[in-house]
Amino acid sequence: MINRGSDWMQKVEVLAAWLLAFLWAAPLLYAIWAAFHPMDFISRFILTAPLTVDNFRNAWKVAPFARYFFNTFVLVSITLVGQFILCTMAAYAFARFEFPGKEIAFLLVLVQIMIMPDVLIVQNYKTISSLGLVDTILGIGLPYMASAFGIFLLRQAFKQVPKELVEAARVEGAGWLSVLWKVYIPLAKPTYVAYGLVSVSYHWNNFLWPVIITNSTETRPLTVGLSIFGAPESGVNFSVISAGTLLAVSPLLIAFLLFQRQFVQSFMRSGIK
Amino acid sequence: MKLQRQIAGPVYAWLLLLPAAVLMVAFTHYPIVGGFIASFFSTGREGRPSKFIGLENYSSMIADPVFWQVLQNNAIYALGVIPISVSLAIFMAVCVNGRLPGRGIVRAAYFTPTILPMIAVANIWLFFYTPQIGLLDQICGLFNIPSHSWLGDTKTALGCMMVLAVWKDAGFFMIFFLAALQGIPPELEEAALIEGAGRWYFFRRVTLPLLMPTMLFVLVNATINSFKLVDHIFILTKGGPDNASSLLLYYIYEVAFGFWDTAYASTLTVVLLVILCLAAITQFRYMEKRVHYQ
Repeated sequence: MINRGSDWMQKVEVLAAWLLAFLWAAPLLYAIWAAFHPMDFISRFILTAPLTVDNFRNAWKVAPFARYFFNTFVLVSITLVGQFILCTMAAYAFARFEFPGKEIAFLLVLVQIMIMPDVLIVQNYKTISSLGLVDTILGIGLPYMASAFGIFLLRQAFKQVPKELVEAARVEGAGWLSVLWKVYIPLAKPTYVAYGLVSVSYHWNNFLWPVIITNSTETRPLTVGLSIFGAPESGVNFSVISAGTLLAVSPLLIAFLLFQRQFVQSFMRSGIK
Repeated sequence: MKLQRQIAGPVYAWLLLLPAAVLMVAFTHYPIVGGFIASFFSTGREGRPSKFIGLENYSSMIADPVFWQVLQNNAIYALGVIPISVSLAIFMAVCVNGRLPGRGIVRAAYFTPTILPMIAVANIWLFFYTPQIGLLDQICGLFNIPSHSWLGDTKTALGCMMVLAVWKDAGFFMIFFLAALQGIPPELEEAALIEGAGRWYFFRRVTLPLLMPTMLFVLVNATINSFKLVDHIFILTKGGPDNASSLLLYYIYEVAFGFWDTAYASTLTVVLLVILCLAAITQFRYMEKRVHYQ
């Protein structure tokens, strides 16, 4: 017999779950409301309030969003390509080679999982500035390219590749690089997708390092542009800020809503080390 | 052939490793060591080059009331945000794992804040907290609570940050608990319920202990997050009023890029790294334990 008390409990639980979901969705829903209505209706929630896209038009005019989008796109792409190449090579070395200093090298990689470049802003600024890369998009991405997290994930994936497949390819005369290209990389595709999604989301949203490194419209990514645009000094009203904010988050948000399962699983995979 | 392979192996491996190693040393290991060394030197200025000053930066840090203030803020922030967001995350995971009507929508609602940039959500939340016209004050108005400058008051500014952080993080932590819950066979709960065990009893005695390994992982990550993510401060308060809502990393940013006192900023960074290392040691000890379980 199933406990009768649990029936009542379950209803409370469902209600709480929905209330929490509403609270969690509310800020975004509210931004959508504000963005699509004139400023007068910003906190008057009536269904007959007139809809408008003027706020988006204004936002687009006030700030160089097209440029910010382009910068973020370039930033995210070069960072991801850099990470894929560097992490693949390093992970391959760790997964399939024996070499002196392997253990200590791997421990040094692990250091970065705990102490990320995000907190090393003071010294990294000095380094980037001595390389002459201040105010460049490469300067934003460079510290993140050799990603311990990427090496770790790919190493795990490579280690699961069956030895027989590798041997078979070797017998057919494939060299180490072509084994990597033809056997390891195709089999690790789900890991690349998961890591790619996490990396793109991370760098699309990253702020502290880009705000330090950039000081011109030509290099600023969306987040930095958004912080200037949303500052009280800019004198832009909240409806327009909402519209700008929605513009900035929409690509990632739409991608998430379309590929929800993929996103959640990627973030999940990234945590289970 | 065999000899050739033995020599080629290590050389190949190191060549593969080289590009990543160079960048990783340059942007992770070198700044850790370099920052530590820089903390024993004075900041070089025009006409006054940097020189060795021993522990002077550390003694001025101990005498700096702002340092203690931001450290205390960060402790309050972590101790407030972590337990609340982790408990909410467990609740969310249990709900989404069960037979909840509209499960997909609820899960999406919980997780969405994770993929939004902190800067963007801070822009939205800024308006919630704005006195008088802001949503929070309007809601308070319905209950005749007088208008309040939520972000401008030293008593409430940090709390406002914490609410935002809980909202941002809970859904992210949820997915790890969800993964763990999905590993628990559903027959276990059915059997327990048929035996007459209450849902709460089952949760406390079976589910929660099984979530413990995940809990540790999430706690360590939550700790790191609370010291690493300061973006919202830029939008909401800039650390004010009177540093009431500033956190350690934000203070480092101010000292380094506002006052350009890089030596002192390096000294503060050493403290931050010590805190992160303590979190790391906890994690590694736990990983060792987990190896024994398997």
